[in-house]
Amino acid sequence: MKRFFAQLYLWLLLALLYAPIIIIAIFSFTESKVLGNWTGFSTALYTSLFSGGAHSSLMDAIRNTLSIALIAATASTALGSIAAIGIFNMRGRKKQVINFLNDIPMLNPDIITGISLFLLFVSLGISQGYTTVVLSHIAFCTPYVVLSIMPRLQQMNPNIYEAALDLGATPFQALRKIIIPEIRPGMISGFILAFTLSIDDFAVTLFTKGNEGLETLSTYIYADARKGGLTPELRPLSTIIFAVVLLLLIIINIRAKRIAKRKQAM
Amino acid sequence: MRFFAKLFNKRANWAIPYAIFLALFVALPLVLIVIYAFRGADGGFSLENFIKFVTQPEAVNTFIYSIGIALITTILCILLGYPAAWILSNKQLNRSEVMVVLFILPMWINILVRTLATVALFDFLKFPLGEGALIFGMVYNFLPFMIYPIYNTLQKMDHSLIEAAEDLGATPSEVFRKVTIPLSMPGVMSGIMMVFMPTISTFAIAELLTMNNVKLFGTTIQENINNGMWEYGAALSLIMLVIIGITSLFSDGDEQADSESLI
Repeated sequence: MKRFFAQLYLWLLLALLYAPIIIIAIFSFTESKVLGNWTGFSTALYTSLFSGGAHSSLMDAIRNTLSIALIAATASTALGSIAAIGIFNMRGRKKQVINFLNDIPMLNPDIITGISLFLLFVSLGISQGYTTVVLSHIAFCTPYVVLSIMPRLQQMNPNIYEAALDLGATPFQALRKIIIPEIRPGMISGFILAFTLSIDDFAVTLFTKGNEGLETLSTYIYADARKGGLTPELRPLSTIIFAVVLLLLIIINIRAKRIAKRKQAM
Repeated sequence: MRFFAKLFNKRANWAIPYAIFLALFVALPLVLIVIYAFRGADGGFSLENFIKFVTQPEAVNTFIYSIGIALITTILCILLGYPAAWILSNKQLNRSEVMVVLFILPMWINILVRTLATVALFDFLKFPLGEGALIFGMVYNFLPFMIYPIYNTLQKMDHSLIEAAEDLGATPSEVFRKVTIPLSMPGVMSGIMMVFMPTISTFAIAELLTMNNVKLFGTTIQENINNGMWEYGAALSLIMLVIIGITSLFSDGDEQADSESLI
């Protein structure tokens, strides 16, 4: 009985959480411009989303979102990995200062990060656009990369690196053959985290994108909603995003479970 | 070249590029906020931006109203989220791990897409957009961020403590009040941080959910920056930073560990 009510509560809460997205998914299969107006089943919105045409600006926004996320995640993984190794080997006050600075972008609300970077670019006289958005994304993504690599370095046996050097490896060889393989899982989860943070970002992008017409998905939706009419193609797009995220999370979970089982079997 | 090779040999020096990057893209921008905040119309040091804030009832009202909305959202998230996290972590009540994934999933979807969906739901149900929609939208957006850290701490909790309390004769409600709740407080604290801080600083979500009828503090800041009032906008940002600094004093920075362990 207790279990029944507990499950009922969870399902009610889930219904509340998912009602909006389910409504959007249902109405992505009809052509009507206004949501809530069912004009018969149709996949027209999906076709028009991918055929571009009148909504090529939406496709541009999606492309920008993905390319910015890819560049920012790659750059912050590289910068963050090297930095993590350095910070790990630092001592004393310097280490405290750099750790403190590394925490700031994670604690700061997006709007503050966005405004502070906006003030930086305008006071340096840098014109804002694609590059400034990428730089800003690297700025708020790298701390998460550093944090996801740190535990790996702490678990690593420090003698292996020293041994490699004693055996005649250059520091660069030791980095490539000893340290990177050890911290790779941290680098991968750092990359994924950076990628999703970049895709999800709205506030920082809004303040650093300038006014040359650069839009990412978030800023596109915002501009679109402010104009009053929500582009109907956003319905199939949201549905697809939702389906992809759901699928990815389920796959990750099943894989994690399988690995755990295999470990138990061994 | 030799100089660089030497520099590279000491591994602590590998942090130098990132240190420069942090100084340029994290420290300097924050210093600029402070500089702009204390700059008067004549370019010299001045408190006029802060005086302007305190003497404008509209700005102060928006500020108080935003804190109110953030508090309501946070409290609703605790009331709705705590039981859910507790049930999810309780093996007798929930054995399904898919359920946990379903509760975390919304965290991974773009916040504007989620807000758009809320607006769509209210349109569909023909409910008017406004304060109600705003609070629903906020709770809808941030509830997973409350459930997840609480679930995490409850999951990691030492269950022998509960058994010990039971063995010593505590009733189930006593166990819950005196053992479970105190032990889950770190999770609740980081949940509060993860909900209160973003709600107090949101701007676009409020605009979309209320058809621009309700203004939050974040919107005020954004409008000032957009209209070229950088000094005043920077001063308002600084005020927000102080509020957030005070809030974070109450927590121990657990939320980083939580967002990390998501993957």
